[in-house]
Order: sequence, then structure tokens, then C-alpha cells
Amino acid sequence: MDVLKIATAGSVDDGKSTLIGRLLFDTKSITKDRLEAVEAGSRRKGLDFTDLSLLTDGLIAEREQGITIDVAHIYFATPSRKYIIADSPGHVEYTRNMITGASHSEAFIVLIDARKGVIEQTRRHLFIARLLRIRTVFVCINKMDLAGFSETVFEGIRADVKRLAETIGLESTLEFVPAVAKDGDNIALASERMSWYTGKTLLQHLEELPVQKNQDLLPARFPVQYVIRPHSDEHHDFRGYAGKLESGCLRKGQEVMALPSGRTAVIRALYAAAQEVDEVSAGQSITLELDADLDISRGNMIVTTDAACNGSASLQATLAWMDDKKLTPGSAYLLQHGIHTVKAKISAIENRVNIDTLENEEGVSSFGLNDIGRVHLKTARPLFADTFAQNPHNGAFILVDEFSNNTVAAGFIETL
Amino acid sequence: MSIPTSSVFPRALEHEAIYIIREVAAQFENPALLFSGGKDSIVLVHLARKAFYPAPVPFPMLHIDTGHNFPETIAFRDRLAAETGIQLLVRYVQDSIDAGKVQEETGKYASRNMLQTTTLLDAISELKLDACMGGARRDEEKARAKERIFSVRDDFGQWDAKKQRPELFDMLNGKINIGENVRVFPISNWTELDVWNYIREEKLALPSIYFAHKRFVIERDGLYWPASPYLNTTESEVPFEATVRFRTVGDMTCTAAVLSEADTLDGVIGEIESAVISERGARIDDKRSEAAMEKRKQVGYF
Repeated sequence: MDVLKIATAGSVDDGKSTLIGRLLFDTKSITKDRLEAVEAGSRRKGLDFTDLSLLTDGLIAEREQGITIDVAHIYFATPSRKYIIADSPGHVEYTRNMITGASHSEAFIVLIDARKGVIEQTRRHLFIARLLRIRTVFVCINKMDLAGFSETVFEGIRADVKRLAETIGLESTLEFVPAVAKDGDNIALASERMSWYTGKTLLQHLEELPVQKNQDLLPARFPVQYVIRPHSDEHHDFRGYAGKLESGCLRKGQEVMALPSGRTAVIRALYAAAQEVDEVSAGQSITLELDADLDISRGNMIVTTDAACNGSASLQATLAWMDDKKLTPGSAYLLQHGIHTVKAKISAIENRVNIDTLENEEGVSSFGLNDIGRVHLKTARPLFADTFAQNPHNGAFILVDEFSNNTVAAGFIETL
Repeated sequence: MSIPTSSVFPRALEHEAIYIIREVAAQFENPALLFSGGKDSIVLVHLARKAFYPAPVPFPMLHIDTGHNFPETIAFRDRLAAETGIQLLVRYVQDSIDAGKVQEETGKYASRNMLQTTTLLDAISELKLDACMGGARRDEEKARAKERIFSVRDDFGQWDAKKQRPELFDMLNGKINIGENVRVFPISNWTELDVWNYIREEKLALPSIYFAHKRFVIERDGLYWPASPYLNTTESEVPFEATVRFRTVGDMTCTAAVLSEADTLDGVIGEIESAVISERGARIDDKRSEAAMEKRKQVGYF
């Protein structure tokens, strides 16, 4: 069975939690006791309908304020697919959480209130979709009942979003659905109130989205996570390199190269989740044995000899800053690239993107929470990475503050 | 070890869990797997064995024994430890009570569920554990839906929902200061049905109480509670024999049974697929208030 990870984004009150609640409700993913709790909660709030948003607004503070403040993970399944939704907060102070939610996702659902149309936050959400190179963006134009179910309104907003996407340089496929999440129109069932819309419902779109196969077609990138040495009588000479194959495929008998040493060997045996196999594919947790002892340790990278990557200790990257403490140029951080950590220094800030005007601001001396911009970094040891555009599975990193241990930034490699 | 060729269970979840478990072994000096005897921690043990195959699992299992466990769970635990060769550490809530650190609850809803937090925190500090893996899943409860995979706890084991580190891509930041520790949830993204399908496909053994059996129960608040010496009952609560199974395994004082004839894995999965009550609905400790779980997490409950 496939797993499809989706991120949602929206503004306060545009009905995002209700939309998710509706998806759960219509796919019969809500059990009786949970529905009863939500019905009781709705009555306590003095509502005369079942507020499906109560299904996902989890934390106490959120229930008090009536807004979503973190990333919540929600699960539902149809007979053909398991879905994981990262329900991300929509407003500006939670850009950090939105990027976090989207970083795991193959598709993005952006909500727009039909009465309001494209607003500042829509721009931000599409910008994040571009930053993370999200493959498909579903634009759900919600609350159509409050806009008279008007096709003209829908078409107007669609044209606005397309124009905006072009300005931003968004390469994702865009799909538009007019909806009333509260009542379920065009979520799982086609709306009878908008017969002019003959496209797919949101759920149909999700069901028919092909699950990412591009990851397999990219060059093999295997960062060694753990070295397995049983030291037992039965497996006396076993030396297995364990980790997740980030991209590409590997076959038994294939020649591979260990980086940074550059030494080569042939794959003698392969295991996927402890089962011996002839071939492994991207995303699997594997173990491989080589025909020669290459002295490989955690953090080394194994690649195929025909598609290696170059090491570089100097790179340009787009950073999304996520900490209350500001970035200052010249400061040192720990750079975690997958499972490999090196010391890094931000040597210069090139620019900061003004998300509202999409202009690059030069002469910026610092990044604060939710700022996004281009920097130059130097690392203590070469990094065996790709650019984010070439290979998103080997082209991203996080920065960790050495003193607070917090994750302070997400990085997307532009040039190496 | 082998896996079936066609899988209802989404195998991507198994690869993700193994990745997380390996990351724990690599990033921490002194990790442990919190073993409750329940199906989720049994799955975790199986995943840990796969993660390091053919080497032995490089960390121990820790069980916080409340003294109110089902005897079937304890027997299963000891057998599993013997069969897998994984070191088993047990710490007892009774010892915390005897030392005067916690007090037994009173009244008809008395349980040792809250008490085990103290025993766990003491064990973490005694054993100098820097990471504890648990079988919690985000689909179990609304507050858990926001839990990170690596969840940093302070000196008092506390969880602060507003100070969680962002978890980007598949990168796990386990860096902590002295005195802090991390709770790790490798099967965060699994649902109850995923766990059951995995158990079926991997042919894992489970404690017998997960399958339909005859047992004396009492009826309270519309739920069936197992009759035991630990449960405080009123005169009107007369035990009667019923055919039941448990969907989740906690203490005998706070785990309700469901009426069921399902005595095989296929039967149990069939019932879950058409279930009308969610898993934690049968956990009495969550019913105390809608915000019950979040409040217990803030004070260091698993």
C-alpha cells in the first residue's frame, strides 16, 4: 500500500481544520467515541452543528484561542492509499511550522476563502511551495456557499492564483477545487450546488496523484548511518553498512565508491529491513556488505562510481530561519546534512527575500524568525551533497545552535 | 527474516521506523526501549531486531512494573527477553510507594497510572538514560498528534508543546544538555490498523489477552472492566463472566475490555476495520477530561 504525505496551509478562519475533519468524516476514519466527543464539544461552544475542526485542533491553548499553533499529524486511509496530513498553521508567525510540515510532503493543499480571494498569506504559501519544490499544489477555494456558489468568483480567484504563481516562479502543477468544507461539497463527494464544476473532487485528486518515483531515478546516495559488526561466532566477519538509501537504486554486484576516501568496492550482499535482496530502492532502510574493507564510518557517503558527487566545503544556500535568536554573519553552527554533522560558519548574507514584494533585499545584516534568504557557508569538512534542485533528498540541511541545541534553520543548497 | 511479497501494511513505515531506531543508537550514549508488554512495544522490539540484524540489539528494554499488570503480560515479557537475548531492566512502582515518593490513589477510579511517571523519571536518572524509545503513535490521541519523533524533555521529564524543535525532512536533531533526555517515537506515523497488519504479516506473537477469552468483568460507565484484586468496586458492581478481548494493554485497573469473539488475528483485524470505538476509548485514564493526555504529558507521563 502507498503512503502519500500531504501538507495543508491556510489562514485563520478559512476552514482548514474543518476541511481535514471533513476528509476524515467522509472517508469514515472517525470512530464513534471521537465523533461523540466532538459533538459534545460543539454543544458546549453553543453551536447548532457539529464543528469538525474540533477533531484536529489538539492542544489546550488552541482550543482556548480557537486557532492552530503547531504541526499536527492526521491519518486517514482509503482502500488504495494511506494518507498522512501535516496540518500546518497558516499565519505569518508560524511560517516555520509551515515549512516543517511541507518538508515531509509530496503535495500541498492551500485554502482560500472565496469571499476574500488571494491574500498576503496565499502568496507566502505558494512561495513556500516553490522553496520546497512541492510537486502538486491543490488550491481549495472554500466557503463557496458564502460567495453564492458563483463560477465567476471561482474563475476570478483561479486566474489570480495562476498569475501569482507565475510571478513567484512556482513550477508545481496547480489544481483548483471549489468547495464548502463545512458541508462536504467537492471534498469526497461532488457538489450538487455547483453543477458548473465538472472537475475532480479533492479526494479524487489525491487518490489519483502518482506517488513519487523520481526518487528512484536519481543517482544513488547512501549516507552510512551505522556500522553493524555482530562479533558473533556465526557472523564473525560480518561488517554491514546500514542506513537509508536517500535516492536511486543499488544492486548486488554493483561497483560503489565511498566518500570522502574515493575508494571503490563491489556490493557483496544487500538487505532491506533485514531481508536479503538483490536490489534496493530509494527510501528503504538497508544494510550492505562490500567485498573489501574500506574503513567506512558513520557520516560517510556511498555512491555509484558512474554518478558520484563532489565534495565541497563552500556553498551557497537559501536559509529559512526558525529561531527567536537572530542569525548573525560570522557565527558558527552545526550543519546537519542528513545524518552527517559538520561545523559550519555563515560567511556572508547575500540577500533576504521580501515575501510580500518578492524582491531581494540586499545589505541585510541579520535574519530573524521566519526570514528567508540566500547565504554563503563554509564547512569544516567537505560536504558530499547535491543542489536541492538536482536532488532534494541530498540537497537540504538543518542548522543547529551549538549552545541551545535548537534547530535554528532549514537550508536548501543552491550551488556547491 | 522475511517479508511477504504482497503487503497490505505500508512498508514505507517500517523503513522509516528502522531509520529512527538506528539514529537513536548512533546519536545517544545510553538509550533504552520502554517496554510495556503492549502490542506497540512488541512491534518496536521486532523493528529493533531488524535494524541491527544480524547483530544483537545494542540497548536494553526497560519495563516500569506497576504491580497491577496482567499476569499474561509479565509472562510474555519474560519469554520475549529470553528469546531475543535483549537485556531486560525492571523498575517497580511499589518501590516508589514504599519509599514514600508517591501515594496510592483512592476511590473507585484509583489506578497506578499517574504513579508510574515518578518511577520512570527515577529510573531515567538512576540508569543515566539519554534516550527512551516508546511505542506511542500520533493517531492515538489529539495531543499526541503534535508530538515530535525526537521529543526533548527537561530535568523533570516535562514536555513543552510550545518549545518543540522543528523536525525538517528526515533529519533528527538529538542534541541535548546534561540532565535532559529525549523520548523517541519510531512508530509515530503508524495507525492502530497498521500495527495489526504488521503483526499479521510478520507473524508476531502477542500476549493472550489481545484475543477473545472468558474472563470475569464488571460493567461501569458503559465499559467492561476486568475484575481483579486491584480494582475498587461498589456493591452493585457484581463480576460476571464474559467473552472479551483487550485492544490495548495498560494496568488491570485502567484498561477496559471489549466484548468479542475474535480469537485469531484475522478476527481481531476484521473487528478493528469496522470498529465504532477508538483504541484509547477503552483507556479509562484518558476519559477523565478531554485534555487529560496533554496534562499528563506536561508532567512527564510517557
